[in-house]
Amino acid sequence: MRQFDFMGKRRIAFVVSIVLTIVSIAALALLHLNLGLDFTGGTVVELHYAAVPSLDDIRTLLANSGFENFQVQTFGATDEILVRLQQTFDNDVGNQVVSALSSGGAQIDLIRAEFVGAQVGDQLRDQSGLGMLVALAGVAVYVAFRFQYKFALCAIISLGHDVLIVLGLFALFQWEFDLTVLAGIMAVIGYSLNDTIIVYDRIRENIRLSRSEDLPQIFNEAINQTLSRTLATSGTTLLVLFALFFLGGDMIHNFSISLILGIVAGTFSSVYVAAALLIVFKLERQDLIPVKKEEVEEELP
Amino acid sequence: MLNRYPLWKYLLILIVCVVGVIYALPNLYPQDPAVQISTTNGSLGSQQLDRVTQALAEDDIQVKSAAMTGNNTALIRLNDAEQQLPARDVVDDVLDGDYTVALNLADSTPSWLTSLSAAPMKLGLDLRGGVHFLLEVDMKAAVEQRLEATASAIRADLRDQRIRYRSTDVDDNALHLEFANAEDRDAARDQISQTFNEFQLENRDEGRRAFLDMTLTEQSIKDIQDYAVQQNLTTIRNRVNELGVSEPLVQRQGPSRIVVELPGVQDTAEAKRIVGATANLEFRLEARPDAPDSETETFPFRNDPQRTATLSRDVIITGDRVSSASQGFDQNGRPQVNINLDGTGGSLMNQATRTNIGRNMAVLYIDHSTETRTVTRDGKQVEERIPTTSRSIISLATVQSALSNRFRITGLDSPTEASELALLLRSGSLAAPIYFVQERTIGPSLGAQNIERGIFSVIVGGLLVIAFMLIRYKAFGVIANAALAVNLVLLIAAMSLLGATLTLPGIAGIVLTLGMAVDANVLIYERIREELRRKTPAQQAIHAGYGRAFTSIVDANLTTLLVAVVLFSIGTGPIKGFAVTLSLGILTSMFTGIVVSRALVNLSIGGKPVKKLWI
Repeated sequence: MRQFDFMGKRRIAFVVSIVLTIVSIAALALLHLNLGLDFTGGTVVELHYAAVPSLDDIRTLLANSGFENFQVQTFGATDEILVRLQQTFDNDVGNQVVSALSSGGAQIDLIRAEFVGAQVGDQLRDQSGLGMLVALAGVAVYVAFRFQYKFALCAIISLGHDVLIVLGLFALFQWEFDLTVLAGIMAVIGYSLNDTIIVYDRIRENIRLSRSEDLPQIFNEAINQTLSRTLATSGTTLLVLFALFFLGGDMIHNFSISLILGIVAGTFSSVYVAAALLIVFKLERQDLIPVKKEEVEEELP
Repeated sequence: MLNRYPLWKYLLILIVCVVGVIYALPNLYPQDPAVQISTTNGSLGSQQLDRVTQALAEDDIQVKSAAMTGNNTALIRLNDAEQQLPARDVVDDVLDGDYTVALNLADSTPSWLTSLSAAPMKLGLDLRGGVHFLLEVDMKAAVEQRLEATASAIRADLRDQRIRYRSTDVDDNALHLEFANAEDRDAARDQISQTFNEFQLENRDEGRRAFLDMTLTEQSIKDIQDYAVQQNLTTIRNRVNELGVSEPLVQRQGPSRIVVELPGVQDTAEAKRIVGATANLEFRLEARPDAPDSETETFPFRNDPQRTATLSRDVIITGDRVSSASQGFDQNGRPQVNINLDGTGGSLMNQATRTNIGRNMAVLYIDHSTETRTVTRDGKQVEERIPTTSRSIISLATVQSALSNRFRITGLDSPTEASELALLLRSGSLAAPIYFVQERTIGPSLGAQNIERGIFSVIVGGLLVIAFMLIRYKAFGVIANAALAVNLVLLIAAMSLLGATLTLPGIAGIVLTLGMAVDANVLIYERIREELRRKTPAQQAIHAGYGRAFTSIVDANLTTLLVAVVLFSIGTGPIKGFAVTLSLGILTSMFTGIVVSRALVNLSIGGKPVKKLWI
């Protein structure tokens, strides 16, 4: 089997990671996330049609009038239409919608125009940020407990890297960031961690088995040994995600994007960030040799 | 012998699989689109049902079955989901009056499965349509209302004890009483400290005026607020039940919020009016002409705001004492509400009216409402709420004789108003005002579309994974795919058994689990391949592969589970659904990936002399 010299190329990989991270931070800082209705609140307009309209016609009319991010659906009866807009409330928005839609010649009454929960959105935003931090902290504790603190540190940096890149790309392309995307990112944390742990597990095993002090060499072997597994699992997961992306419908479109990006980033980072960082943090063989035995010997009379 | 399981292990796995299949099975029976009719006055029977089915037939709407499902509810199953809305309109037209007509999805699980208490997964609002409300309980108002009630009780108490007071005043968390002199105050203080121990009492003198300040303790404020939320929860639950919605959800969220989910309901306006209504009644006597101003209040009449009447400040009873209420008509055909009071209410009413025959008694209609405005302050959009309380007299009538626990009130504008008032009195009033902080409506068309697409992507995603595994691992791919199928069945069974709600992100979670579930098998097979490359004999390679991959699999899965649990704790609604699927998926995939696939391997080639593995 061919052996790739992953660790030899780690400097190039670091540069790529750092550039991507900087771009992401810049995108987040300058462009901001395009937060969805869940986080910002928004406006709802309810309309009554004299004759049952076609939803597609309404969508086209609204799009032509410059409205963005709207959802059109029936509401109760078939001649009642609900338009949701991602726009801060102003008293006129209802009438703007009506005039836009009446240009098609339909008879429309405005039933209500309403503002939906802004403070709920604010709270959700804080809660989500906190949740992500709690998840990362929990993971760190687990990894530190099962492996060693250097592993925990590198795993966290690698996870943060993945999350940051996905968030950055969402900001860069101004894709809508809603609750499902948040769920997607949490799943990315879980997935990327999964990958990282598999690599770490192999590194630990190999360090314990081998007598060599050449850590980059041991790492290379471990990564090469897990490579086909990494590719196979990423492959199957990406396959189903592409199925979701193309077939799952609009509501989980961005969710699939976040996962696809996250899995690519996660696969890359578990090799280059999580593993290669261990070298930067100067992992030593002693870090993994259980210290218990020595203590027992010292206590012997 | 290597790679053999004892018989009991095979049996155990078989049992788990069979149980899984049974409990996953109900999900294969499609739910029927249905229209549910319910009423509260018991006038629904086969006669009405026949009229409805006839009218539906005339409108070319195909009815699959129509049957009573309880004393006051009936279910009309339809063949076509498209006809659900028109059918509802027809039913609404045919039955007028006290009926609630709601869209519904009815299970069609066969009875032998139901007898094993197997049921399909509940569908979330995003898949079946419905409304979602998030309500916030006004905590400040809860405390204020309690203070007002206490003030009223203290006034009555002091009068009974013949202690003179000047005025009572309520502000933030405190009640201020004013007395003519310090002696009166001390007497009052003795009296009050006996009955109202949730207050801290303090004397305050301003010149010759003597005050008694009553401040609520931190703990009692907390208790009052907690009680308010609990009470509102109960009331809203009662009201939602009166709406006749199937499988409604009314749940507390955080310290001061309540979530209400009404599947199938499309008329949010009505649901909102009923859920959020804050109307209540107060019964008070008209003030005597010589009563001091501090003991009276003047209110307008509801249907004639020019006319006013002056009432005593003391409330005989409020609507909270109503045990049942129904709408009816008086002999002139005007709407009225018939009221039954509970025991305490009855005796209070009797006491008050017995000694006051010939005086007028007023029924006061109280409506709390909040106007929400968005204002820009310091460059930020802030929501500002202005609470308003309107009180008006709906009837003022002479007490002819001592009233007991049954009487009626008139003076209502319309039968609708009467029936809504009756409903509100029945279900209880809200202990504190609430307002809507979020409202979501999902139409049934969107829901159906979401299900269709979700299922399609599960199928396509699954097939892709199956093909991938077959190509890559050949014979072992077959085993991995079998394990994957068992995993899907177990996951669905677990979700159905736990009563988890399937949402669109939940379906995405299932798809994702499919992709990740093969990970355990991939890890194991790669290990086996490695062993084979080292020229390890086939059986030993299998054994070592499963053994060595085990810790990796457990470590990797447990950490992912940790993330899923965190997601569950912060998420709401659909996100919770995703977290549940992900967590369950991790657990079932660990079982199928390690145990089931091992059993299949052991069963097929374990213990046999195998030269070459198709892997």
